Amino acid sequence: MTQTIDSSASLPSAPPTSFLEVRDLHVTFPTDDGMVRSVDGLSFKVERGKTMGIVGESGSGKSVTSQAILGLHNSTRAQVSGQIWLDGEELVGKSSEEIRPLRGNKMAMIFQDPLSSLHPFYTIGDQIVEAYRVHNKVSKDVAKKRAIEMLDRVGIPNAAKRVDDYPHQFSGGMRQRVMIAMALVCDPQLLIADEPTTALDVTVQAQILDLMRDLQKEFNSAIILITHDLGVVAEIADDVTVMYGGRAVEQGSVRDVFYSPQMPYTWGLLASMPRLDRDRKGRLDPIPGNPPSLINLPNGCVFSPRCVYRDRVGAACVTDRPDLTPVSDTHRVRCHIPAEQSQRIWLNELNPNL
Amino acid sequence: MVRYIIRRLLGALAVLFIVSLVTFGLFMVVPVMTGASPAYLYAGKNPSPELIANIEHGLGLDKPIPEQFYMYMKGIVAGRTDLTDGTADGSRPCPAPCFGYSFRYQSPVWDIIKDRFPVTLSITVGAAIIWLSLGIGVGVLSALRRGGFADRASMVFILLFLSLPSYLFAILLLYVFVYGLKWLPPTQYVPLTESPVKWFQALILAWITIGFGSAALYARLTRANMLETMSEDYIRTAVAKGLPRKTVVRKHAMRAALTPILTIAGLDIAFLLGGAIFVEKVFSLPGLGLLFVEAIGKQDLPVIMGLTIVSSLFIVVANIIVDVLYSAVDPRVRLS
Repeated sequence: MTQTIDSSASLPSAPPTSFLEVRDLHVTFPTDDGMVRSVDGLSFKVERGKTMGIVGESGSGKSVTSQAILGLHNSTRAQVSGQIWLDGEELVGKSSEEIRPLRGNKMAMIFQDPLSSLHPFYTIGDQIVEAYRVHNKVSKDVAKKRAIEMLDRVGIPNAAKRVDDYPHQFSGGMRQRVMIAMALVCDPQLLIADEPTTALDVTVQAQILDLMRDLQKEFNSAIILITHDLGVVAEIADDVTVMYGGRAVEQGSVRDVFYSPQMPYTWGLLASMPRLDRDRKGRLDPIPGNPPSLINLPNGCVFSPRCVYRDRVGAACVTDRPDLTPVSDTHRVRCHIPAEQSQRIWLNELNPNL
Repeated sequence: MVRYIIRRLLGALAVLFIVSLVTFGLFMVVPVMTGASPAYLYAGKNPSPELIANIEHGLGLDKPIPEQFYMYMKGIVAGRTDLTDGTADGSRPCPAPCFGYSFRYQSPVWDIIKDRFPVTLSITVGAAIIWLSLGIGVGVLSALRRGGFADRASMVFILLFLSLPSYLFAILLLYVFVYGLKWLPPTQYVPLTESPVKWFQALILAWITIGFGSAALYARLTRANMLETMSEDYIRTAVAKGLPRKTVVRKHAMRAALTPILTIAGLDIAFLLGGAIFVEKVFSLPGLGLLFVEAIGKQDLPVIMGLTIVSSLFIVVANIIVDVLYSAVDPRVRLS
């Protein structure tokens, strides 16, 4: 079972029992204009065989979080603090060289744009073989057999022949399958998928999501799925973290977040999602305004400048920063609106209109 | 692939034909239009009208211009036997490739070019080794240590060599190492086959002059390309696969970053093979560049024409080689 924890709690230093646990993660980029707080106190847990969906707008800190887990941030340009526990091992503070044996091996990543994420000069076979051999002492022939096997497993027709093709010779969906084959070639226990379906058309999206779900069952891996597409999250995630301005604003199981969301930002995301199974009214309801500057975050609740429910609470929204507060065992919300009131708003005012 | 190369070679021939036509036009037609026959350039001081007439006949200048051009083109392919120096027994045999006879040296232009080419080749090869190794080395290192001390220091040197005019640099080198410290003898070119040490001594300052100036430019290009490549998504993928940094840099980043650099290098080298005019002049190296300067000074039209065609040949051939190599390195480029 995946669970979320309160980020404001003081940090225990003992290794957690969860497979992956992120505690109070901060990622800050110093720039000439000031400190960019891309991730500001994020915590979550993922167990093996489960999927955590991280949702939010561009710039909410989703990708920065995933790259922090793999230690991909340049230490001279990003400051990472907090704790990242992977299978009892703390990763923050480790050098790139110490994390390297884990990358691609215990934890692997699928990136958004498979064309630009594959090297244009090498065949996909070479690239998968390279990923396999860096962690496994095997001959090139053995690695190539493994590569063909993986390509076959992710549904690339005629894999034995296509293994010698270059990335530009594949279609977008096939390329993403290649990326998945490459990520899974060392049987990683943690798979981070950073918007894996964003660059693909819808029919292919569904195939890729099915594939990921099947592979998860087969390999019992933990998946972090980063997306701005709530439909994708509803489809395959077990738990959801909604991020805004570098913070988690709502965390819970898929049921919690989709059936009783309590944070106005989550409401906004749900309201701006087109749906076919409800009456089509004239327009979608976008969230007014733009995401905040991560250098000068608004006082009080970070979402308050865009929140249409601000006046129901009063001054607290613009003066005090709300904590991530539990509303049930599995569900936490960062909002000044009292839980009973927000439940009422959701049930009476919003849900019927969605 | 073979068809592509054949097509490119045919295109190259067309380009060379046009270059020949233009140079032929400039150097043969213009003197006629201005009223003075090129025979005067050949004849020396105060020639008699008969001598001019004989020379014109001997060089074929009395024929219609299209025929002259045809003979010239035919000479390049098949050689010529019709040339004379205007006297009765002054036959001038000119085997292919015949670019005519020099007005000044009384020998076939091709022989002179063949004689001078090893000097220019020596200059080019040495300079290219310096500028490629130094330029690419410094560029890669400063990109990898972006913002660090090594990067800043190398940027200062790059700026220095880019802004230092090469004539000043060459003369400074000459002044310090030849006349000041006396580490090197006053330059006198000696072929490599005769004395490798003297050959090296004669060329080292020329190599440094060209090499350092170009290295600065290449270092900047390499640094920029390398920085751009290092921020590519596929580099992030390579790191995320768990590859050691060395592999990421050498196998993934450098191959992509250096491919365009080698393209430019191919053309620069070809350009230099046509003669490093300025450096050859300063260090008195008798290569194609110096030959060109002399030929212009003495209005030695056949030599100027021959050199122009030969240096365009280098450029055209280098272009084809670079394109073929590029397709070998980058599989996205299909030759068809």
